[in-house]
Amino acid sequence: MDIAAQSIEGGFADPVFNAQTVFRAVMDAMARPGSVQPLPPFARPPVPLSAAAGAIALALCDNDTPLWLDPALQASTAVRSWLGFHTGAPLANTPADAHFALIAAPAEMMALDGFSQGTQDYPDRSTTLILHVSDLVSGTPLLLEGPGIETSATIAPAQMPRHFVEQWKQNNKRFPRGVDIILVTADGIACLPRTTRIKTMEA
Amino acid sequence: MTAQSTDIATYNFAYLDEQTKRMIRRAILKGIAIPGYQVPFASREMPMPYGWGTGGVQVTASIIGPDDVLKVIDQGADDTTNAVSIRAFFKKVTNVAVTTDTASATIIQTRHRIPEHPLTADQVLVYQVPIPEPLRFLEPRETETRKMHALEEYGLMHVKLYEDIAKHGRIATTYAYPVKVEGRYVMDPSPTPKFDNPKMHRSPALQLFGAGREKRIYAVPPFTEVVSLDFEDHPFEVQTFDQPCALCAAENVYLDEVILDDHGGHMFVCSDTDHCEKRRNAPTSPLWGGRAEGAGGGLDQSTPHSTPTPAPRADPPHKGEGKEIR
Repeated sequence: MDIAAQSIEGGFADPVFNAQTVFRAVMDAMARPGSVQPLPPFARPPVPLSAAAGAIALALCDNDTPLWLDPALQASTAVRSWLGFHTGAPLANTPADAHFALIAAPAEMMALDGFSQGTQDYPDRSTTLILHVSDLVSGTPLLLEGPGIETSATIAPAQMPRHFVEQWKQNNKRFPRGVDIILVTADGIACLPRTTRIKTMEA
Repeated sequence: MTAQSTDIATYNFAYLDEQTKRMIRRAILKGIAIPGYQVPFASREMPMPYGWGTGGVQVTASIIGPDDVLKVIDQGADDTTNAVSIRAFFKKVTNVAVTTDTASATIIQTRHRIPEHPLTADQVLVYQVPIPEPLRFLEPRETETRKMHALEEYGLMHVKLYEDIAKHGRIATTYAYPVKVEGRYVMDPSPTPKFDNPKMHRSPALQLFGAGREKRIYAVPPFTEVVSLDFEDHPFEVQTFDQPCALCAAENVYLDEVILDDHGGHMFVCSDTDHCEKRRNAPTSPLWGGRAEGAGGGLDQSTPHSTPTPAPRADPPHKGEGKEIR
Protein backbone atom coordinates (compact mmCIF):
# COMPACT_ATOMS: atom_id res chain seq x y z
CA MET A 1 0.00 0.00 0.00
CA ASP A 2 1.39 3.39 -0.84
CA ILE A 3 1.86 6.05 1.77
CA ALA A 4 -1.04 8.19 0.62
CA ALA A 5 -3.50 5.35 1.14
CA GLN A 6 -1.85 4.31 4.43
CA SER A 7 -2.24 7.79 5.82
CA ILE A 8 -5.95 7.92 5.07
CA GLU A 9 -7.10 4.47 6.14
CA GLY A 10 -7.31 3.11 9.65
CA GLY A 11 -9.09 5.92 11.43
CA PHE A 12 -12.08 5.54 13.75
CA ALA A 13 -15.00 3.80 12.04
CA ASP A 14 -17.37 5.70 14.30
CA PRO A 15 -15.49 8.84 15.38
CA VAL A 16 -17.92 10.14 18.02
CA PHE A 17 -18.50 6.93 19.94
CA ASN A 18 -15.06 5.41 19.45
CA ALA A 19 -13.44 8.59 20.77
CA GLN A 20 -15.79 8.52 23.77
CA THR A 21 -14.97 4.88 24.54
CA VAL A 22 -11.23 5.48 24.27
CA PHE A 23 -11.43 8.59 26.44
CA ARG A 24 -13.42 6.82 29.16
CA ALA A 25 -10.80 4.04 29.21
CA VAL A 26 -8.03 6.64 29.60
CA MET A 27 -10.03 8.57 32.22
CA ASP A 28 -10.68 5.42 34.26
CA ALA A 29 -7.03 4.37 33.96
CA MET A 30 -5.85 7.85 35.02
CA ALA A 31 -8.31 7.92 37.94
CA ARG A 32 -7.24 4.44 39.06
CA PRO A 33 -3.50 4.20 38.47
CA GLY A 34 -2.24 0.66 38.02
CA SER A 35 -5.62 -0.66 36.90
CA VAL A 36 -5.59 -2.08 33.39
CA GLN A 37 -8.45 -0.82 31.22
CA PRO A 38 -9.31 -2.81 28.10
CA LEU A 39 -9.14 -0.87 24.85
CA PRO A 40 -10.66 -2.37 21.71
CA PRO A 41 -8.52 -1.86 18.57
CA PHE A 42 -10.57 0.95 17.05
CA ALA A 43 -7.71 2.39 14.99
CA ARG A 44 -5.31 0.76 12.52
CA PRO A 45 -2.31 3.05 12.28
CA PRO A 46 0.81 2.15 10.27
CA VAL A 47 3.57 0.33 12.17
CA PRO A 48 5.43 1.03 14.40
CA LEU A 49 2.57 3.06 15.95
CA SER A 50 0.42 0.65 17.95
CA ALA A 51 -3.34 0.41 17.56
CA ALA A 52 -4.01 1.53 21.14
CA ALA A 53 -1.59 4.46 20.99
CA GLY A 54 -3.07 5.47 17.64
CA ALA A 55 -6.57 5.34 19.10
CA ILE A 56 -5.55 7.53 22.04
CA ALA A 57 -3.97 10.03 19.64
CA LEU A 58 -7.18 10.14 17.60
CA ALA A 59 -9.30 10.59 20.73
CA LEU A 60 -7.26 13.35 22.39
CA CYS A 61 -5.08 15.14 19.85
CA ASP A 62 -5.96 17.86 17.39
CA ASN A 63 -4.51 21.06 15.99
CA ASP A 64 -4.22 22.49 19.53
CA THR A 65 -1.83 19.79 20.75
CA PRO A 66 1.75 19.66 19.45
CA LEU A 67 2.91 16.05 19.26
CA TRP A 68 6.40 14.72 19.80
CA LEU A 69 7.40 11.43 18.22
CA ASP A 70 10.35 9.38 19.38
CA PRO A 71 13.02 8.59 16.75
CA ALA A 72 11.45 5.23 15.87
CA LEU A 73 8.12 6.88 15.01
CA GLN A 74 9.67 10.04 13.61
CA ALA A 75 11.51 7.87 11.07
CA SER A 76 8.27 6.58 9.63
CA THR A 77 6.75 8.85 7.00
CA ALA A 78 3.61 6.72 7.09
CA VAL A 79 3.10 7.34 10.83
CA ARG A 80 3.68 11.08 10.48
CA SER A 81 1.27 11.45 7.62
CA TRP A 82 -1.34 9.20 9.29
CA LEU A 83 -1.28 11.32 12.46
CA GLY A 84 -1.28 14.49 10.37
CA PHE A 85 -4.27 13.41 8.31
CA HIS A 86 -6.39 12.09 11.18
CA THR A 87 -5.58 14.47 14.01
CA GLY A 88 -4.20 17.61 12.36
CA ALA A 89 -1.78 17.87 15.26
CA PRO A 90 1.44 19.76 14.51
CA LEU A 91 4.74 18.08 15.35
CA ALA A 92 6.55 19.69 18.26
CA ASN A 93 10.00 21.09 17.54
CA THR A 94 11.36 19.95 20.90
CA PRO A 95 10.01 17.56 23.54
CA ALA A 96 9.53 20.54 25.85
CA ASP A 97 6.95 22.00 23.43
CA ALA A 98 4.87 18.83 23.25
CA HIS A 99 1.45 18.33 24.81
CA PHE A 100 1.60 14.64 23.99
CA ALA A 101 4.60 12.44 23.23
CA LEU A 102 4.28 9.12 21.46
CA ILE A 103 7.09 6.77 22.32
CA ALA A 104 7.45 3.42 20.55
CA ALA A 105 10.76 2.43 22.18
CA PRO A 106 10.61 3.48 25.86
CA ALA A 107 13.77 1.55 26.70
CA GLU A 108 15.74 4.00 24.58
CA MET A 109 13.82 7.15 25.39
CA MET A 110 15.26 10.40 26.67
CA ALA A 111 14.94 11.41 30.32
CA LEU A 112 11.49 12.33 31.65
CA ASP A 113 12.69 15.80 32.66
CA GLY A 114 13.38 16.65 29.03
CA PHE A 115 9.64 16.94 28.43
CA SER A 116 7.48 19.88 29.43
CA GLN A 117 6.87 19.77 33.19
CA GLY A 118 4.38 22.61 33.32
CA THR A 119 5.00 25.58 35.57
CA GLN A 120 4.32 26.05 39.25
CA ASP A 121 1.48 28.43 38.27
CA TYR A 122 0.15 26.21 35.47
CA PRO A 123 1.20 22.63 36.22
CA ASP A 124 -1.32 21.42 33.63
CA ARG A 125 0.94 22.69 30.82
CA SER A 126 2.99 19.51 30.84
CA THR A 127 3.56 16.66 28.42
CA THR A 128 1.50 13.48 28.61
CA LEU A 129 3.69 10.56 27.55
CA ILE A 130 2.17 7.63 25.68
CA LEU A 131 4.55 4.68 26.01
CA HIS A 132 4.32 1.47 23.98
CA VAL A 133 5.06 -1.49 26.21
CA SER A 134 4.73 -5.11 25.13
CA ASP A 135 2.80 -6.08 28.26
CA LEU A 136 2.10 -5.07 31.85
CA VAL A 137 3.06 -8.31 33.58
CA SER A 138 6.54 -9.44 32.54
CA GLY A 139 8.71 -6.49 33.61
CA THR A 140 9.98 -5.40 37.01
CA PRO A 141 6.97 -5.23 39.36
CA LEU A 142 6.11 -1.71 40.47
CA LEU A 143 4.18 -1.33 43.72
CA LEU A 144 2.00 1.76 43.37
CA GLU A 145 0.42 4.05 45.95
CA GLY A 146 -1.32 7.39 45.82
CA PRO A 147 -4.63 9.00 44.84
CA GLY A 148 -6.92 6.65 42.97
CA ILE A 149 -5.46 3.56 44.64
CA GLU A 150 -7.35 2.14 47.62
CA THR A 151 -4.37 0.45 49.27
CA SER A 152 -1.79 -0.50 46.68
CA ALA A 153 -1.63 -1.72 43.09
CA THR A 154 1.01 -3.58 41.17
CA ILE A 155 1.89 -3.52 37.50
CA ALA A 156 5.00 -4.88 35.83
CA PRO A 157 5.40 -3.12 32.50
CA ALA A 158 8.05 -4.55 30.23
CA GLN A 159 10.72 -2.47 28.46
CA MET A 160 10.43 0.61 30.62
CA PRO A 161 12.84 3.55 30.35
CA ARG A 162 16.24 3.18 31.97
CA HIS A 163 16.38 4.07 35.69
CA PHE A 164 12.63 4.49 35.56
CA VAL A 165 11.96 4.17 39.29
CA GLU A 166 14.61 6.78 40.08
CA GLN A 167 13.34 9.09 37.34
CA TRP A 168 9.78 8.68 38.58
CA LYS A 169 10.76 9.60 42.13
CA GLN A 170 12.21 12.82 40.77
CA ASN A 171 8.99 13.35 38.85
CA ASN A 172 7.03 12.94 42.12
CA LYS A 173 9.26 15.47 43.83
CA ARG A 174 8.47 18.10 41.21
CA PHE A 175 4.74 17.98 42.11
CA PRO A 176 2.56 19.77 41.13
CA ARG A 177 4.81 19.94 38.06
CA GLY A 178 5.66 16.74 36.26
CA VAL A 179 4.68 14.43 33.41
CA ASP A 180 1.89 11.86 33.31
CA ILE A 181 2.32 8.51 31.58
CA ILE A 182 -0.13 6.33 29.65
CA LEU A 183 1.22 2.81 29.12
CA VAL A 184 -0.31 1.06 26.13
CA THR A 185 -0.23 -2.61 25.19
CA ALA A 186 -2.00 -4.44 22.39
CA ASP A 187 -5.24 -4.82 24.32
CA GLY A 188 -5.22 -2.53 27.32
CA ILE A 189 -3.86 0.60 28.93
CA ALA A 190 -2.67 1.65 32.38
CA CYS A 191 -1.73 5.10 33.64
CA LEU A 192 0.82 6.62 35.95
CA PRO A 193 -0.29 10.15 36.81
CA ARG A 194 2.33 12.34 38.52
CA THR A 195 0.72 11.71 41.93
CA THR A 196 1.40 7.97 41.85
CA ARG A 197 4.29 6.88 44.05
CA ILE A 198 6.31 3.77 43.32
CA LYS A 199 7.23 1.93 46.48
CA THR A 200 10.49 0.13 46.23
CA MET A 201 9.88 -3.59 46.65
CA GLU A 202 11.96 -5.41 49.20
CA ALA A 203 14.31 -7.73 47.37
CA MET B 1 -35.60 20.81 8.60
CA THR B 2 -37.57 17.83 9.69
CA ALA B 3 -36.27 17.52 13.21
CA GLN B 4 -39.57 16.18 14.48
CA SER B 5 -39.12 12.95 12.59
CA THR B 6 -36.26 11.74 14.82
CA ASP B 7 -36.16 11.15 18.54
CA ILE B 8 -32.73 12.61 18.98
CA ALA B 9 -32.03 16.26 18.30
CA THR B 10 -30.06 17.06 15.16
CA TYR B 11 -26.95 17.99 17.11
CA ASN B 12 -23.78 16.03 17.55
CA PHE B 13 -24.13 13.39 20.25
CA ALA B 14 -24.15 15.20 23.63
CA TYR B 15 -24.51 18.62 21.94
CA LEU B 16 -20.82 19.61 21.98
CA ASP B 17 -18.70 19.33 18.84
CA GLU B 18 -15.87 16.82 18.90
CA GLN B 19 -13.05 19.36 19.14
CA THR B 20 -14.67 20.92 22.20
CA LYS B 21 -15.04 17.49 23.77
CA ARG B 22 -11.36 16.72 23.15
CA MET B 23 -10.37 20.01 24.79
CA ILE B 24 -12.54 19.31 27.83
CA ARG B 25 -11.39 15.70 28.00
CA ARG B 26 -7.75 16.79 28.07
CA ALA B 27 -8.58 19.21 30.89
CA ILE B 28 -10.32 16.42 32.84
CA LEU B 29 -7.24 14.17 32.51
CA LYS B 30 -4.97 16.95 33.81
CA GLY B 31 -7.41 17.62 36.63
CA ILE B 32 -7.30 13.97 37.68
CA ALA B 33 -3.50 13.96 37.52
CA ILE B 34 -3.27 17.10 39.71
CA PRO B 35 -6.03 16.60 42.33
CA GLY B 36 -7.62 19.86 43.46
CA TYR B 37 -5.83 22.04 40.88
CA GLN B 38 -8.18 24.14 38.76
CA VAL B 39 -7.44 23.49 35.09
CA PRO B 40 -8.40 26.40 32.82
CA PHE B 41 -10.56 25.37 29.85
CA ALA B 42 -12.29 27.13 26.97
CA SER B 43 -15.84 26.99 28.33
CA ARG B 44 -18.48 27.16 25.63
CA GLU B 45 -21.82 28.90 25.42
CA MET B 46 -24.46 26.35 26.31
CA PRO B 47 -28.18 26.58 25.60
CA MET B 48 -28.79 27.68 29.19
CA PRO B 49 -27.55 30.68 31.14
CA TYR B 50 -24.32 30.70 33.11
CA GLY B 51 -25.18 29.85 36.67
CA TRP B 52 -27.48 27.04 35.64
CA GLY B 53 -24.78 24.43 35.60
CA THR B 54 -23.05 24.98 32.26
CA GLY B 55 -19.74 23.74 33.69
CA GLY B 56 -21.22 20.50 34.96
CA VAL B 57 -23.17 20.08 31.72
CA GLN B 58 -20.01 20.44 29.62
CA VAL B 59 -18.15 17.91 31.77
CA THR B 60 -21.05 15.45 31.61
CA ALA B 61 -21.40 15.96 27.85
CA SER B 62 -17.71 15.17 27.38
CA ILE B 63 -17.68 11.93 29.36
CA ILE B 64 -21.14 10.51 28.64
CA GLY B 65 -21.60 7.56 26.30
CA PRO B 66 -24.63 5.67 25.02
CA ASP B 67 -24.39 3.05 27.79
CA ASP B 68 -24.41 5.53 30.64
CA VAL B 69 -27.30 6.02 33.02
CA LEU B 70 -27.64 9.64 34.09
CA LYS B 71 -29.04 11.08 37.29
CA VAL B 72 -29.25 14.84 37.87
CA ILE B 73 -29.89 16.40 41.26
CA ASP B 74 -30.39 19.96 42.38
CA GLN B 75 -29.84 20.41 46.13
CA GLY B 76 -30.44 16.68 46.45
CA ALA B 77 -33.75 16.77 44.59
CA ASP B 78 -34.43 15.04 41.29
CA ASP B 79 -37.60 16.99 40.66
CA THR B 80 -36.67 20.67 40.78
CA THR B 81 -36.31 22.95 37.78
CA ASN B 82 -32.56 22.74 37.29
CA ALA B 83 -32.44 18.97 37.63
CA VAL B 84 -35.45 18.38 35.38
CA SER B 85 -34.16 20.74 32.67
CA ILE B 86 -30.68 19.27 32.57
CA ARG B 87 -32.04 15.73 32.57
CA ALA B 88 -34.36 16.65 29.70
CA PHE B 89 -31.47 18.30 27.87
CA PHE B 90 -29.35 15.14 27.99
CA LYS B 91 -32.32 12.96 27.13
CA LYS B 92 -32.75 15.10 24.03
CA VAL B 93 -29.13 15.33 22.89
CA THR B 94 -27.86 11.86 23.87
CA ASN B 95 -30.91 9.64 24.26
CA VAL B 96 -29.20 7.89 27.20
CA ALA B 97 -31.16 6.26 30.00
CA VAL B 98 -31.95 8.59 32.88
CA THR B 99 -32.86 7.64 36.40
CA THR B 100 -33.55 9.08 39.82
CA ASP B 101 -32.17 5.98 41.55
CA THR B 102 -28.76 6.83 42.96
CA ALA B 103 -27.52 3.24 42.96
CA SER B 104 -28.23 2.53 39.29
CA ALA B 105 -26.76 5.75 37.87
CA THR B 106 -23.29 5.70 36.28
CA ILE B 107 -23.01 9.49 36.04
CA ILE B 108 -24.58 11.74 38.66
CA GLN B 109 -24.55 15.44 37.90
CA THR B 110 -25.13 17.40 41.06
CA ARG B 111 -25.82 20.92 42.11
CA HIS B 112 -24.67 21.28 45.71
CA ARG B 113 -25.28 17.89 47.32
CA ILE B 114 -23.70 14.47 47.50
CA PRO B 115 -26.34 11.72 47.58
CA GLU B 116 -26.96 9.98 50.90
CA HIS B 117 -26.62 6.56 49.27
CA PRO B 118 -22.92 5.61 49.25
CA LEU B 119 -21.33 5.93 45.83
CA THR B 120 -19.39 3.13 44.16
CA ALA B 121 -16.31 2.82 41.98
CA ASP B 122 -18.53 2.51 38.89
CA GLN B 123 -19.96 5.99 39.34
CA VAL B 124 -18.77 9.46 38.41
CA LEU B 125 -20.04 12.45 40.36
CA VAL B 126 -20.07 15.70 38.32
CA TYR B 127 -20.43 18.91 40.33
CA GLN B 128 -21.78 22.17 39.01
CA VAL B 129 -19.53 24.86 40.44
CA PRO B 130 -20.31 28.60 40.54
CA ILE B 131 -17.03 29.98 42.00
CA PRO B 132 -14.22 27.42 41.79
CA GLU B 133 -11.60 29.57 43.50
CA PRO B 134 -11.79 29.08 47.30
CA LEU B 135 -9.63 32.18 47.84
CA ARG B 136 -11.66 34.45 45.55
CA PHE B 137 -13.66 36.25 48.23
CA LEU B 138 -10.46 36.82 50.19
CA GLU B 139 -8.32 37.90 47.23
CA PRO B 140 -10.13 39.10 44.11
CA ARG B 141 -7.08 39.11 41.80
CA GLU B 142 -6.60 35.93 39.77
CA THR B 143 -2.88 36.73 39.40
CA GLU B 144 -2.54 36.67 43.19
CA THR B 145 -4.65 33.59 43.89
CA ARG B 146 -2.73 31.69 41.22
CA LYS B 147 0.52 32.63 42.94
CA MET B 148 -0.92 31.59 46.30
CA HIS B 149 -1.79 28.15 44.93
CA ALA B 150 1.63 27.88 43.26
CA LEU B 151 3.40 28.67 46.54
CA GLU B 152 0.94 26.67 48.65
CA GLU B 153 0.31 29.87 50.60
CA TYR B 154 -3.03 29.30 52.32
CA GLY B 155 -2.55 31.42 55.45
CA LEU B 156 -5.33 33.76 54.33
CA MET B 157 -7.87 30.95 54.43
CA HIS B 158 -6.90 30.05 57.97
CA VAL B 159 -7.19 33.71 58.96
CA LYS B 160 -10.72 33.72 57.54
CA LEU B 161 -11.68 30.66 59.57
CA TYR B 162 -10.02 32.18 62.62
CA GLU B 163 -12.04 35.38 62.19
CA ASP B 164 -15.17 33.22 62.18
CA ILE B 165 -14.17 31.89 65.57
CA ALA B 166 -13.31 35.36 66.87
CA LYS B 167 -16.69 36.72 65.79
CA HIS B 168 -19.02 33.77 66.33
CA GLY B 169 -17.17 31.50 68.72
CA ARG B 170 -17.07 28.75 66.13
CA ILE B 171 -16.28 28.27 62.44
CA ALA B 172 -19.48 29.71 60.96
CA THR B 173 -18.84 28.57 57.39
CA THR B 174 -21.59 26.07 56.65
CA TYR B 175 -21.31 25.51 52.91
CA ALA B 176 -18.49 25.69 50.35
CA TYR B 177 -16.32 24.73 53.29
CA PRO B 178 -12.69 24.70 52.08
CA VAL B 179 -10.86 21.38 51.88
CA LYS B 180 -7.26 20.40 51.30
CA VAL B 181 -6.82 17.71 48.67
CA GLU B 182 -4.04 15.15 49.08
CA GLY B 183 -2.13 17.54 51.33
CA ARG B 184 -1.50 20.09 48.59
CA TYR B 185 -4.25 22.16 46.97
CA VAL B 186 -6.97 23.96 48.89
CA MET B 187 -10.17 23.39 46.95
CA ASP B 188 -13.72 24.69 46.99
CA PRO B 189 -16.00 21.63 47.18
CA SER B 190 -18.68 23.81 45.47
CA PRO B 191 -21.50 25.14 47.66
CA THR B 192 -22.35 21.75 49.13
CA PRO B 193 -23.27 21.89 52.81
CA LYS B 194 -20.24 21.02 54.93
CA PHE B 195 -22.35 18.03 56.00
CA ASP B 196 -21.22 16.41 52.74
CA ASN B 197 -17.49 17.14 53.07
CA PRO B 198 -16.66 13.85 54.83
CA LYS B 199 -18.27 11.94 51.93
CA MET B 200 -15.61 13.33 49.57
CA HIS B 201 -12.78 11.86 51.61
CA ARG B 202 -11.52 8.64 50.04
CA SER B 203 -14.74 8.28 48.03
CA PRO B 204 -14.63 5.23 45.73
CA ALA B 205 -16.24 7.34 42.98
CA LEU B 206 -14.38 9.75 40.70
CA GLN B 207 -15.45 13.35 41.40
CA LEU B 208 -15.27 15.95 38.61
CA PHE B 209 -16.01 19.66 39.02
CA GLY B 210 -17.00 22.02 36.20
CA ALA B 211 -17.31 25.80 36.44
CA GLY B 212 -18.66 27.14 33.15
CA ARG B 213 -18.65 30.88 33.71
CA GLU B 214 -15.29 30.80 35.49
CA LYS B 215 -13.86 28.35 32.92
CA ARG B 216 -12.26 25.88 35.30
CA ILE B 217 -12.34 22.09 35.63
CA TYR B 218 -10.94 20.22 38.60
CA ALA B 219 -11.12 16.72 39.98
CA VAL B 220 -10.73 14.47 42.98
CA PRO B 221 -9.70 10.93 42.00
CA PRO B 222 -11.11 7.98 43.97
CA PHE B 223 -9.51 7.18 47.34
CA THR B 224 -7.98 10.63 47.68
CA GLU B 225 -7.45 12.47 50.95
CA VAL B 226 -9.93 15.33 51.25
CA VAL B 227 -9.52 17.09 54.59
CA SER B 228 -11.70 19.97 55.74
CA LEU B 229 -9.59 22.83 57.11
CA ASP B 230 -9.86 23.37 60.85
CA PHE B 231 -7.91 24.08 64.04
CA GLU B 232 -6.84 21.69 66.77
CA ASP B 233 -9.04 23.44 69.33
CA HIS B 234 -11.87 23.99 66.84
CA PRO B 235 -12.09 20.74 64.92
CA PHE B 236 -14.25 20.42 61.84
CA GLU B 237 -17.82 19.40 62.61
CA VAL B 238 -20.81 18.71 60.38
CA GLN B 239 -24.30 20.06 60.91
CA THR B 240 -26.56 18.04 63.16
CA PHE B 241 -30.34 18.15 63.31
CA ASP B 242 -32.33 17.67 66.48
CA GLN B 243 -35.20 15.94 64.75
CA PRO B 244 -35.41 13.36 61.97
CA CYS B 245 -36.89 13.87 58.50
CA ALA B 246 -40.61 14.67 58.87
CA LEU B 247 -41.49 12.37 55.98
CA CYS B 248 -39.26 9.31 56.34
CA ALA B 249 -37.87 9.69 59.86
CA ALA B 250 -34.30 9.41 58.62
CA GLU B 251 -31.60 10.51 61.00
CA ASN B 252 -28.07 11.61 60.21
CA VAL B 253 -29.09 12.94 56.81
CA TYR B 254 -29.13 16.51 55.54
CA LEU B 255 -32.53 18.18 55.96
CA ASP B 256 -34.16 21.05 54.08
CA GLU B 257 -36.67 23.38 55.65
CA VAL B 258 -39.98 23.47 53.78
CA ILE B 259 -42.31 26.41 54.48
CA LEU B 260 -45.92 25.24 54.59
CA ASP B 261 -48.02 28.33 55.15
CA ASP B 262 -47.92 32.01 56.05
CA HIS B 263 -48.16 31.37 59.77
CA GLY B 264 -44.73 29.95 60.48
CA GLY B 265 -45.70 26.37 59.64
CA HIS B 266 -42.72 24.47 58.33
CA MET B 267 -41.19 21.05 58.33
CA PHE B 268 -37.75 19.55 57.86
CA VAL B 269 -37.42 16.88 55.20
CA CYS B 270 -34.59 14.98 53.51
CA SER B 271 -32.79 17.09 50.96
CA ASP B 272 -32.08 13.87 49.02
CA THR B 273 -35.50 13.09 47.48
CA ASP B 274 -34.45 9.71 46.13
CA HIS B 275 -33.24 8.61 49.56
CA CYS B 276 -36.45 9.87 51.20
CA GLU B 277 -38.76 8.19 48.69
CA LYS B 278 -36.88 4.92 48.95
CA ARG B 279 -37.27 4.93 52.70
CA ARG B 280 -40.95 5.77 52.55
CA ASN B 281 -41.56 3.00 50.04
CA ALA B 282 -39.14 0.49 51.54
CA PRO B 283 -38.87 -2.39 51.52
CA THR B 284 -41.76 -3.55 49.37
CA SER B 285 -41.43 -0.97 46.60
CA PRO B 286 -40.43 -2.25 43.17
CA LEU B 287 -38.35 0.93 42.95
CA TRP B 288 -36.09 -0.45 45.58
CA GLY B 289 -35.56 -3.64 43.62
CA GLY B 290 -34.91 -5.72 46.72
CA ARG B 291 -31.60 -4.03 47.42
CA ALA B 292 -31.10 -3.79 51.13
CA GLU B 293 -27.69 -2.28 51.65
CA GLY B 294 -27.51 1.42 52.27
CA ALA B 295 -31.27 1.72 52.32
CA GLY B 296 -31.14 3.61 55.50
CA GLY B 297 -33.74 1.09 56.62
CA GLY B 298 -34.97 1.55 60.12
CA LEU B 299 -38.62 2.05 59.20
CA ASP B 300 -41.00 -0.29 60.93
CA GLN B 301 -42.93 -2.05 58.22
CA SER B 302 -45.90 -2.75 60.45
CA THR B 303 -46.75 0.90 60.93
CA PRO B 304 -47.51 2.47 57.59
CA HIS B 305 -45.88 5.85 57.64
CA SER B 306 -48.12 8.74 56.82
CA THR B 307 -47.05 12.30 56.36
CA PRO B 308 -47.56 14.05 59.65
CA THR B 309 -49.28 17.37 59.80
CA PRO B 310 -46.54 19.57 61.06
CA ALA B 311 -47.29 22.15 63.67
CA PRO B 312 -45.39 25.37 64.23
CA ARG B 313 -42.66 24.87 66.75
CA ALA B 314 -41.77 27.35 69.45
CA ASP B 315 -38.11 26.67 68.80
CA PRO B 316 -37.55 25.88 65.15
CA PRO B 317 -34.40 23.90 64.38
CA HIS B 318 -31.94 25.56 62.11
CA LYS B 319 -28.90 24.63 60.11
CA GLY B 320 -25.90 24.22 62.33
CA GLU B 321 -27.96 24.06 65.47
CA GLY B 322 -26.91 21.89 68.32
CA LYS B 323 -23.61 23.72 68.45
CA GLU B 324 -22.66 25.34 71.66
CA ILE B 325 -21.26 28.83 71.43
CA ARG B 326 -18.24 28.70 73.61
